[in-house]
Amino acid sequence: MNIHEYQAKEILAGYGVKTAEGGIAYSVEEAAQRAREIEGDVWVVKAQIHSGARGKAGGIKLCRSHNEVEAAAEELLGKTLVTHQSGPAGKLCSRVYIEAGTKIAKEIYLSFLIDRSTERVIMVGSAQGGMEIEALAQTNPEAIIKIYIEPAVGLQDFQARKMAFALGLDSSLLNHAVKTIKGCYRALRDLDANILEINPLVVTANNEIIALDAKMAFDENALYRRHKIAELRDNSQVDSREVAAAEVGLSYVGLDGDIGCMINGAGLAMATMDMIKLAGGEPANFLDVGGGASAERTEKAFRLVLADKNVKAMLVNIFAGINRCDWIAEGVVQAVKNIGMQVPLVVRLSGTNVEEGRKIIAESGMKIITADTLAEAAEKVVAARNQVVAQEG
Amino acid sequence: MTILIDEKTRIIVQGFTGKIGTFHAQEMIEYGSNVVGGVTPGKGGQTHLGLPVFNTVKEAVQQVGAEASIVFVPPAFAADSIMEAADAGIRYCVSITDGIPTQDMMTVKNFLRRFPKEERMMLTGPNCAGTISPGRSMLGIMPGHIYVRGNVGVVGRSGTLGYEAADQMRMLGIGISTSVGIGGDPIIGSSHLDVLEKLEHDPETKVALMIGEIGGPMEVDAGIFFKENMTKPLVAYIAGLTAPEGRRMGHAGAIISSAGESAAEKVETLKELGVVISPTPSLMGQTVAEVMAKL
Repeated sequence: MNIHEYQAKEILAGYGVKTAEGGIAYSVEEAAQRAREIEGDVWVVKAQIHSGARGKAGGIKLCRSHNEVEAAAEELLGKTLVTHQSGPAGKLCSRVYIEAGTKIAKEIYLSFLIDRSTERVIMVGSAQGGMEIEALAQTNPEAIIKIYIEPAVGLQDFQARKMAFALGLDSSLLNHAVKTIKGCYRALRDLDANILEINPLVVTANNEIIALDAKMAFDENALYRRHKIAELRDNSQVDSREVAAAEVGLSYVGLDGDIGCMINGAGLAMATMDMIKLAGGEPANFLDVGGGASAERTEKAFRLVLADKNVKAMLVNIFAGINRCDWIAEGVVQAVKNIGMQVPLVVRLSGTNVEEGRKIIAESGMKIITADTLAEAAEKVVAARNQVVAQEG
Repeated sequence: MTILIDEKTRIIVQGFTGKIGTFHAQEMIEYGSNVVGGVTPGKGGQTHLGLPVFNTVKEAVQQVGAEASIVFVPPAFAADSIMEAADAGIRYCVSITDGIPTQDMMTVKNFLRRFPKEERMMLTGPNCAGTISPGRSMLGIMPGHIYVRGNVGVVGRSGTLGYEAADQMRMLGIGISTSVGIGGDPIIGSSHLDVLEKLEHDPETKVALMIGEIGGPMEVDAGIFFKENMTKPLVAYIAGLTAPEGRRMGHAGAIISSAGESAAEKVETLKELGVVISPTPSLMGQTVAEVMAKL
């Protein structure tokens, strides 16, 4: 789960990481008020969206007067920003963060994440802050410093010092750097974050270390024990189809194609989408209905898939392990009856009680296209989709 | 003896008396697995499904000689149960539980590494369907009847995609020596490589099939191991050609977050390493059959 920059900064401030003075605003009036509260003659108005690369997309505005702050807030609030990380649909900006301008002497990069190969937290730093770390890894990998942290003992001072020196920080900043680095690590561990990235972490003209940006992402599986973090969820930043799916406990990812999918199991779902693509179609979604696909759950899943108006045909692929094909077939037939399908449906059942399941579908009197194998199912759904498109002219 | 379990392996169920634990314990017993009891803290001394319930794994090891365990404990407590099994001297543990926090798994793996290698418990999962040696023992939640005994060793992250592969092979008359589900989470007990190492040394396995997916470095690591250390052919399918970058595809670990983690890149690398690629998920059985025919 992602959170906004200002939320991450509030969290980090609690762990001894310095940030510039700032405040959140949901309206132009609030933005002006925040600017009046913050001393100085330069302010930065920052769009709060769950995406990086906001600067290039015009989401960060440098302002030299209260009037300019108001104008920037006016422009950003309610605007959908498309960055190269946000996807083509972009992200709606409904709050802006007003921050005191900072005189920057040096920009560095600092992040912490859970490394899957070593199964440890890895601290990544670079003296070349402000750049995207992926780009730096391509062009100048030796400029990236990596330090692995032993889970049982945690981040030690010597490791923080090692990073500080490698980043080229002045000795006068050593204690502050160690405190900042350790604070970040503690925040990641204490709050079950998967990623904490500060890009840039800056040394100011006054010789202070400040987190100028902050990104944190949290482990969904740990939110049951991080209630305060769970409250920071902002559904306006997530595909509305995914929000609806999460509410009924389904795992759904919206995509740009027009063939709706309902499958049990994440791996089989990905494989089925691959088959659709190989057959010349494009999946509209990823949807894992899970092991116990009851009739009620099946109907909810159908409604979710069909709520996407792009969907021109739908494929159901179920491999019944614990449950049985006849139960699933009954659920599918009931869902089709209750919903009144407007698009062609292809169903492929496999596994336990497959014959009984196929019989129920065949005898239902519903217009359901059946398939025996994965390849056949994909071909049939793509053909059905093409027919619909041809009829639409 | 197959690589991890056989008909004699003495199995306990952690989270035995719960609804899910009860259901799958019954299925395993029906399949012929040698389930000797279970653990539910606080319910020690009771009898469940005609078998003894213990308060601790240690008691189960001491009193009924438990060697393997399967964990159905809810996510908040599962890491603790796995570590308890390791501490009690369980040899092999399967964790079915889906939803264990990543940092808990980091702690589990760190705990396991404290044991000398020869004494270290092998863990597969979490978030997996378990392990089956067809006709002998099932330590998992899979539909046992689709697995036929034979000479193909299978390792995969996904449950239902593993069933799909087993079913395709069954239709072609190809059987399985052992099928191991390693799970879809970012940090898991054993990797593809760990299982391939066992399959390489298993006299019953003639061909290995790896079912991978997007995210993480595990499939490529396994490919390198294959090139350097394996004498048996390896067939692989990687799911997720259509998966967009940076999006979690159901499994917590199925996310493309850095270079080399997409399905296309993994397939390319594995090909270069000499792995036989099943180009589509519907050809997993067929590809294995072609490789078997050349043996």
